Amino acid sequence: MTQSPIAALWRRYRMQIVPWLFLAPALFMFAVFVINPIIESIAVSFYEWDGLGEKTWVGLNNYRELFDDDQFYTALKNNVIWLVLYMLAPPIGLALALFLNQTVRGIRLAKALFFFPFVISQVVVGLVFAWFMDPSFGLLGEGFKMFGLEPVAILADERYVTYGIIIAGLWPQIAYCMILYLTGLNSVSPSVVEAAKMDGARSFNMLWHIILPELRPATFIAIVVTVIGALRSFDLVSIMTDGGPYGSSSVMAHYMYDQAIRNYRMGYGAAIATVLFVIMDVYIAFFLRRMLSKERGR
Amino acid sequence: MFPTPIANASKRVQVLYRVALPIALVVWLLPLIAIFFTSVRSLADINQGNYWGWPTEWQLWENYSAIFEGSPMARYLINSFVVTIPAVIGSIAISTLAGFAFAVYRFRGNILLFAMFVAGNFIPFQILMIPVRDLAVELGIYDSYSALISFHIAFQAGFCTLFMRNFIAALPVELIEAARVDGASELRVFWNVVLPLVRPALAALAVLIFTFVWNDYFWALVMVQGDHARPITVGLSALKGQWLASWQLISAGSIIAALPPVALFFAMQRHFIAGLTLGATKG
Repeated sequence: MTQSPIAALWRRYRMQIVPWLFLAPALFMFAVFVINPIIESIAVSFYEWDGLGEKTWVGLNNYRELFDDDQFYTALKNNVIWLVLYMLAPPIGLALALFLNQTVRGIRLAKALFFFPFVISQVVVGLVFAWFMDPSFGLLGEGFKMFGLEPVAILADERYVTYGIIIAGLWPQIAYCMILYLTGLNSVSPSVVEAAKMDGARSFNMLWHIILPELRPATFIAIVVTVIGALRSFDLVSIMTDGGPYGSSSVMAHYMYDQAIRNYRMGYGAAIATVLFVIMDVYIAFFLRRMLSKERGR
Repeated sequence: MFPTPIANASKRVQVLYRVALPIALVVWLLPLIAIFFTSVRSLADINQGNYWGWPTEWQLWENYSAIFEGSPMARYLINSFVVTIPAVIGSIAISTLAGFAFAVYRFRGNILLFAMFVAGNFIPFQILMIPVRDLAVELGIYDSYSALISFHIAFQAGFCTLFMRNFIAALPVELIEAARVDGASELRVFWNVVLPLVRPALAALAVLIFTFVWNDYFWALVMVQGDHARPITVGLSALKGQWLASWQLISAGSIIAALPPVALFFAMQRHFIAGLTLGATKG
């Protein structure tokens, strides 16, 4: 029986080659559309470029300009506000999950309906809330009038606008955290709960000392997705105010888009994106470290 | 079970809970309820400022047909399907292959590459925007379905690979080894042993990715310019500018845009939640 040398090689290294064949399509797509663009974006941030003509090397100028740009600080500050207020989503989601973790009739439907806001597009959420908060047609305006107050134009007021958008964002985010906690609560073993009851643990104490530690995986994921959601915020800002009034509700993701697409400043936009990327990397590294250490434990 | 089942509580608490539950639900969904009622209102109602009362007449058919006749809404809706369905199939296909490789084989760089796919999930879109847009222009697919489809396939591959890899890694290794002992090639192991077992995971993933891609707004904004390829999310926001204060039309449009993922969610609720909460239970 003769064998071609290729067949012999294949036979010998089969188990080394096969995984790469399975990986190839995903690896290719990911390299082309994700990995390479990250590198290119960082490179572009060192150029002045309108997106069409020649690129001009400007070194760190884009970054220097950035740290002197009031609008950038407004966006950064708004991202911090987003981050802080978004942290309300996990505890409120937990509260809702505790409220809904019952077995009365119709509870399945109730859970599904509470989860509803997460399923619909942020464009729709943004439209609904923009309308809700509109001083002349919105329900909120009606509420103000009921108390004999002049309705506040939340989305047209520099002082309140970011908070108004964040409230809209919290709605689906809370729903997401709720579903994570509902699943978590489902997997808390009944024997743990029973044992704690035997020891006389009462509701709040029990929640704090027994249940919450059991829910740690759910809390971890809830916090990760909430942080990422807050830093990624773009859709709602774009739909509800487009960054206005006068850029006061802009966030980094939106400011980057604004500079690159509307002002044709690709280099400057790339610099903003790079800063955002570096900030998010801290969280990504944190997540990966935990995930990988779990992996090694397997 | 925590908290204590309400059935064990006093009668009074039980009644209270049953009353509180629907009230909480209505308050929580108030914005959506309002938008539904607005979508069936007449223009007269809107002009008189009757936004929140009971509609004086129901114009369900009139309003919904008006958005399909008077705007490219039908086009947007079709575009969304044309982009979303291939994107879902493509990303799940390549990720199932990759997930299989990560879960079943030991090779150099396994963990590192896997970590890369996972990290890809969390990066801000803006770091990709300029080069991806340029790439689409260079490939001649800018402002077309293909631009959106190929990007979504690549990007969603991150989440899908994480998901499939974890699912396959949890399958019993003996099954794979038994098939190999029987002389099955690696491709056969994948196709005949693993694939039938991961069907529930594929369903969960399909529902989830459909929703993610359908609801995408940013990439549709960046990659598409004209109505011919514009998905419903961007289409709706464009129509908002056109319809100004015709809230009955904006509301009807919003309901249409929200409907497909919502219908899918209700049809496959268990799969959807299983996909989304992956990792929320095991520590």
